[in-house]
Parts: sequence; C-alpha cells; structure tokens
Amino acid sequence: MTAPPDPWSRARDALALLAVDPVGLGGLWLRARAGPVRDLITGALAMPLPLRRLTPAIADDALYGGIDLAATLAAGRPVEGRGLLDEPAALVLAMAERAPPALAARLALALDGGGHALVALDEGAEDGESLAPALADRLALFLDTDGMVWSDAAPLAPDPAAVAAARARLRAVAVPPGAATALTRAAAALAIPSLRAPLLALAAARASAALSGRDTVAEADLRLAASLVLAHRGTPPPEAAGEPPPPPDPAEAQGEGSGGTDRTPTIPEDLLVEAARAALPADLLARLAAGRAARAAGGGAGSGAETRGNRRGRPLPPRPGRPGGDTRLDLVATLRQAAPWQRLRAAAPGRDGALRIRPADFRLRRFRQTSDRVLIFAVDASGSAALARLAEAKGAAELLLGQAYARRDHVALIAFRGTGADLLLPPTRSLVQTKRRLAALPGGGPTPLAAALRTGLDLALRLKAQGMTPTLAMLTDGRGNVALDGTPDRLRAEADAATLARAIRARGVPALVLDTATRPQAGLRALAQTMGAVYLPLPRADAQRLAGTLAAALA
Amino acid sequence: MTAPFPFSAIVGQDEMKQAMILTAIDPGIGGVLVFGDRGTGKSTAVRALAALLPPIVAVEGCPVNSAAPEAVPDWAGPLPGRMVTKPTPVVDLPLGATEDRVTGALDIERALVRGEKAFQPGLLARANRGYLYIDEVNLLEDHIVDLLLDVAQSGENVVEREGLSIRHPARFVLVGSGNPEEGELRPQLLDRFGLSVEVASPRDVETRVEVVRRRDAYDRDREGFVKKWAAKDAALRAQIVAARSALPAVKTPNTVLHDCAALCLALGSDGLRGELTLLRAARALAAFEGAAAVERAHVRAVAPSALRHRLRRDPLDEAGSTARVARTVAEVLP
Repeated sequence: MTAPPDPWSRARDALALLAVDPVGLGGLWLRARAGPVRDLITGALAMPLPLRRLTPAIADDALYGGIDLAATLAAGRPVEGRGLLDEPAALVLAMAERAPPALAARLALALDGGGHALVALDEGAEDGESLAPALADRLALFLDTDGMVWSDAAPLAPDPAAVAAARARLRAVAVPPGAATALTRAAAALAIPSLRAPLLALAAARASAALSGRDTVAEADLRLAASLVLAHRGTPPPEAAGEPPPPPDPAEAQGEGSGGTDRTPTIPEDLLVEAARAALPADLLARLAAGRAARAAGGGAGSGAETRGNRRGRPLPPRPGRPGGDTRLDLVATLRQAAPWQRLRAAAPGRDGALRIRPADFRLRRFRQTSDRVLIFAVDASGSAALARLAEAKGAAELLLGQAYARRDHVALIAFRGTGADLLLPPTRSLVQTKRRLAALPGGGPTPLAAALRTGLDLALRLKAQGMTPTLAMLTDGRGNVALDGTPDRLRAEADAATLARAIRARGVPALVLDTATRPQAGLRALAQTMGAVYLPLPRADAQRLAGTLAAALA
Repeated sequence: MTAPFPFSAIVGQDEMKQAMILTAIDPGIGGVLVFGDRGTGKSTAVRALAALLPPIVAVEGCPVNSAAPEAVPDWAGPLPGRMVTKPTPVVDLPLGATEDRVTGALDIERALVRGEKAFQPGLLARANRGYLYIDEVNLLEDHIVDLLLDVAQSGENVVEREGLSIRHPARFVLVGSGNPEEGELRPQLLDRFGLSVEVASPRDVETRVEVVRRRDAYDRDREGFVKKWAAKDAALRAQIVAARSALPAVKTPNTVLHDCAALCLALGSDGLRGELTLLRAARALAAFEGAAAVERAHVRAVAPSALRHRLRRDPLDEAGSTARVARTVAEVLP
C-alpha cells in the first residue's frame, strides 16, 4: 500500500497545479476552518486571474452588475455597476457550505461558461454540512486541512518562474492514448458517477506534466491527478478506517479485464485507484458521503419546507441591504438609521429641506418563517392492540391533540385495522372533530401495518409538497400480519412493511414509533430503525405520561 | 463566444437526443424534462441543440424576435425594420430569478432618471421562438415554475402591474434539467412537460472513455473539433428541416390512435394530455424518419419519454416508472 502523502506536500502540489491551469481545473475545494493554516493556503494562491471575494449572501447585482441606484440618482443619468462575473476572475467563496443552491447554480454556470476559477472555502463543521454538490462536482482539486499541523508548515507558494514556464508549455503537452482510459477506469473503479471527474483529472495530469517540464503526460502525473482529483469523490471503501486498503473488488477486476486491459499497457489503473485511496483517510470519505446522504435525505435542502407555503412569520430585527425583487424595505428602520446624520448631511450641497438618505441607510424587513407542522397519527386499531391498550393510545392522542392545538399544529389521523388503512381525518386544526373521530374508532381485526405506513407516507409526501412539515407518529404493537394487497400473509406483510420503512427513510420523513404492546417488540424496534424513526417502547403508563413522552420526543 | 460542443458528437444518451430533436421538429409537443446525475451532459446537449438548429429570421432589434415587422409589439419603440438572421435563441433562466426578470417589468432606469413609465422585457421575451433552459428546475421557486408553464402553454406573456398592461408572444420550448437527489418536482408540474427523459452516466467503461476522449479533444482544440463534426451536424440539421416541412403531411391511421389510447389506459396515466403528447411525438418521429404515416414502432419508441412522468407514483415500486412503461408497452403493443 502506498503511504498517505504528507499533507503539506499535497497542498503544495494542488496549489501549483491550480496556478498553472486555474480555468481548466475549475478550482479548489478547501475544507478548512478559518485559521493560520487556511490563511497560509489562501495566501499561496498564485492564479493568473484577479482575486475576487464573495460571500454566500451576495446579491445578483453584485454578481452580474446592473444599474447602480445611488450613483444613478446622484448623476441624473444611468450609471452601470460592474459585476464580479464581468471579467474572468478567481472567485474566492467564503463560508461555501452555506451557499444557497441558487448561488451554487449561478456559480456553476459561470464556471461552465469558462474563464472563471473558484476557490470554495468550506468551513463545514457538522457532518451534514458540505459544499453544494453542483459546485463540488466542478472543482477539480480538494484539500482538507485536518491533518495539517501548523508546526510542520512549509512554504506553499509555487515557484513563479516554474509556473510561468508550465503555463507556456501547457497547450503543447501531449496525452498518451492510454491516459484517458486509465483515469476513466480509475474513476469507475472508485464508483464515481460523474464524468466530469476523469476530465478534470486529465486536466490536472496535463498541468502536472507541464510543471515537471515534460511534453507528455507520464504515470507520475496520472497518479498525482488521481490522488488530488479522484480521491475525495470516491465512495468510501466498506472497510473501517485504519485497515490496509483491500485488494481490488473481484467484480471490478473482472469488468476491467473483459474491457480490454491490453489497450493500456503502460499505466496500471489499479495503481491510480490505490493512489487515490491512499491519499485520504477512509473516515474522511465516509464523512463526505454522510454529507451527501444527508443532503439527499433532506429532499432539496434549498427549497425545503422553511421557505414555502408559510402563512405567517415573526418579524426579526431589520438588517442592512439593498431593496430588490424579493426583499422589502423597512421604511421606519431606514428613516431611523438616517435620522442622526441629517444635520451632517445637510452641510453637503443639495436640495434643502429634503431628507437625505444614503444607500447605507437602507434596512430590509425580515421574517422568521416556520412552516406549519403536521402530526400524522397512525393508530393501530387491530384486535391485538385493542385488547392491549387501544384506550391508552386514544387517550394519549387526545392529550397530544390539545398540545398540538396550543402550538397551532395540524393533525391528521389514520387508523388501520382489518385489510387496510383509512385516512379518518385529513389534516385539520379542529380539535373537536379529531376527538370525535378518535372516540368513534372501533377496534378489532388483523394488523395491516404496511398499509398504514403507505397511507402515512403518501400523506406526508403530499403535505411536504404543500410546504408543510409532516411528522409521522405510529402507535402500534407492531404485529403486522396483513400484506399490502390485503392478504393475510405474515411474511409478505413484514417484507412490505420493511420496504415502506426504507421508502420513508429515503424521503426524509421524520417519524416516531410508539410501541404499545404489552412487552417491547424487537421486530418493531428494527422496523423503526429502518425507518430512521425514534422508537419508544411504552411501559404501562397512563395517557398523561404517554403524551409527555411524545411531546418530549417531538420537541 | 466559443463554439458549443457539437450535438452529433455527444456519446450515447440517445433518448435525450431524440426528445430534443422531436421538440425541434414540433415545438407544440411541449417542453423536455431531463432528470439525471451530475455530469451526464444535460447542459451540453441543450447548448449543442441551439447551435444545431437552423437560424431564425427576425426583425432587427426586436425584443421578442418577431418574424415580421407587423408583429413587433408597439412598446418596443421605433425599429429600423430590417430583417436579420440570428441563431435560435436559447435563454438561460438562473435560479432565484425574480418574477420581474422573468416576465419583464417597469424599466427602473427610465423611471428613475426620466420619470417615464416604460416596459423592460424579461427573459420570456428573449426566449420567444427559441428555447428556455432551466438548470436545476427542481430547485426553482414554485411560483416561477407555475408562471413559466402557464406561459409556455398559452404562448403569450401578459404583464399587468404598476399601471402597465402589456402582452407579447412568448412561444418557446421549455427545457428543464435537474438532479432528483436534490429535490423532486410536483406531479402537477411534471405533467406539464411534454417529454421527460432520465439520463444516467454510462455504466460501461469503454463508453465513458469515449466521452472523456471527445470532451478532451474538444477542450484542447475547439475549432478543429467542431469542424470535424460539422458535416454530421449539418446532415442532422437538414433532416430536422426536412421533417419540419414534412410534418403536416404525415398521416395518422386510426389504428395508431387506438394504440395510444390503449397504452394510456393500461398505464392509468391521468388526463388526456398523455395521449396527445404521445401522438404528436410519434408523428414528429415519423416525420424525422421520413415515413409517410405514423406506425406502431414510432409510438413504441416515444412512449417512455412521453408517458413516464404521468404515472401515479407507487412508493413500493422500486424499479421506477421507466420499467413500468417498458413492461406495459411490451404487453399492449406487441
């Protein structure tokens, strides 16, 4: 196995490549907290482009330019402001993990258009935080400062003369016929779906060859490219961190063998794969993958439930900014901001008696929007549950209803017994109706658990699309014995329930499973785990305590 | 502006290419929705298509690309009235575009400086007679998507605000792309796209290698690469132009109508829009292939694109709607 290269030399390599061909490589994804190490790296950026800093909150007119309101008013003729993207630039995006999808899409477009390079400073601290995938895919290089210790710091800036020479040589660097194949196969072996990865790796290899003064891409260049470009994109190998890398997957090896290894005699792509795997600790890969998964489960992190379908909002303190298409000026706050300066500003030439308001005074209205929460109760009314504690479950649901009413949550009620699940009550805030339906709920019959999950999931997805935040609360004893199609077949019923539980998890619907059986059911616990749900076995308790547990779990 | 990647040089992704060509032949089919992984050539294909299409003749300086001087809207002001040839417009709609930018609004510059009320056309005006491309359509604000689909269907943009009352033609083909991992599209919106295509990275290594090779050749020498493929692109363009003129003459036998209806019934697709799109797409394909009448094979070839997004979602079916359509096509149209 190849030993992981020294992180400082890795950073040096990455920065040198970036200096040689910033546009071809797209840029650098730098995962680092603010600190001296990061400053050292950003200080060593030597791209032949002007540096421009931007933040995730950047507005459109700053990006694309447009009419400069203040200057226009002052001059009495239209004055155009310049945008950051007007000319080719090296964009440095601070707090890149917080870039909203809209900004990521615009920057991605700018990168596709050519001419720009992006350095994304990803300060993601939590597992789920990470650079927007649209950008991560387009930036060739990745650096993580985790393993970089300040005491080992070495000068990072590439030699300007060597970089200049490499830039001159870059266009002429030839790529041997096997190189593209080798990099593509390495990417495939690392299970990287995007086709941008091998292309960017090829660009990196070419820059590396130019930097080393070669006219042809050599194996060393490909290795470097694989470790800098492909490594972090790979899906983590299944082994735990710290173990030596596994021998290549037999299936992969076969696939490559039949694909015609004879055409790539000089560059064994196993080596490239290994170079990529050795470049990063395995737990880092796992962490990145977790970030990706969290994003996927979030179901559109950007346009999620916080911003859509809200009917109310709590005002927040106004903040400075410029009024635009989707923001509202807070007039009073703006005037209050401008007031102290009126005397001072009156000294400047201008019309007398008029209020003098400068762009810096503008204050924007902000609201905190929380979308409506819907609690979807799925109550098991089967015979087994009825015998045990249907009454208790009913009582708990009623108490919780009261709390939901106080918090203005919506409530929906699904009951399941016999051969299927019924939506007894579509989402409502009516306490009276819900109580009435609940009280009238009869018990008895087998347990169609899968049907209940399905009805719950359908409803949750529908409500989500309407901008609400659904939570699924299952009250059941977990003895599902009716399959989805209504046939009494315990095995199929369990398989159906498990499939649906996976679907619930995949769609990111938060769920809660309350085990109302007399003794906690291991099967139900497993099902809750599959669902990604909170599992609560309920000891013999009165309804008051049941409601307390529920409220605590949902808080 | 550098030459875009040649359309005919795109490796594989036949269904996506077919769908785009069909909308180029008959814009009435409606938009195309392309869903798939990152880096599968979605944006590349749209931009390539624009370069492939025959140029349009329009009034010089007209904000809505009018085909005749009489059609120029009166708010556009006096124009020289000369005709110019320009490439088919492909307008990018950035995410987070405000409603003002999309539909057009009061010209703030003229309002501020001269105190005049004037209309500043938006992206919809620019896209008239061309394509409107939205990358990551699933992340676009819902109200903008509603608005777009509404205009795309009516072919007219109506602006009523701030004392302005303006309408102008906005006939364009909507092309949306997105990555399902990042969010879904509401079924009501899905249904409004004429065709939908799922793209995936090619699984087989040789194809992937070929993609990388061609892209690399293009990046290194754009002019040379485009020239190399120019003949193929030109042939395809000629075929599209021929298909456009042949389209009205393509016959639609009754048996084909029955096939469409039977297929939609068997799939349980909602509404009649599925059948109509299926028919139009099949007819466009017949025209593209130079057939005199629509045949069952044409219906079969376009059925997945035309129907896969119109099925009721079944959370249990892990195979997805593509497999369901394929299965039903095999059963109903043997």
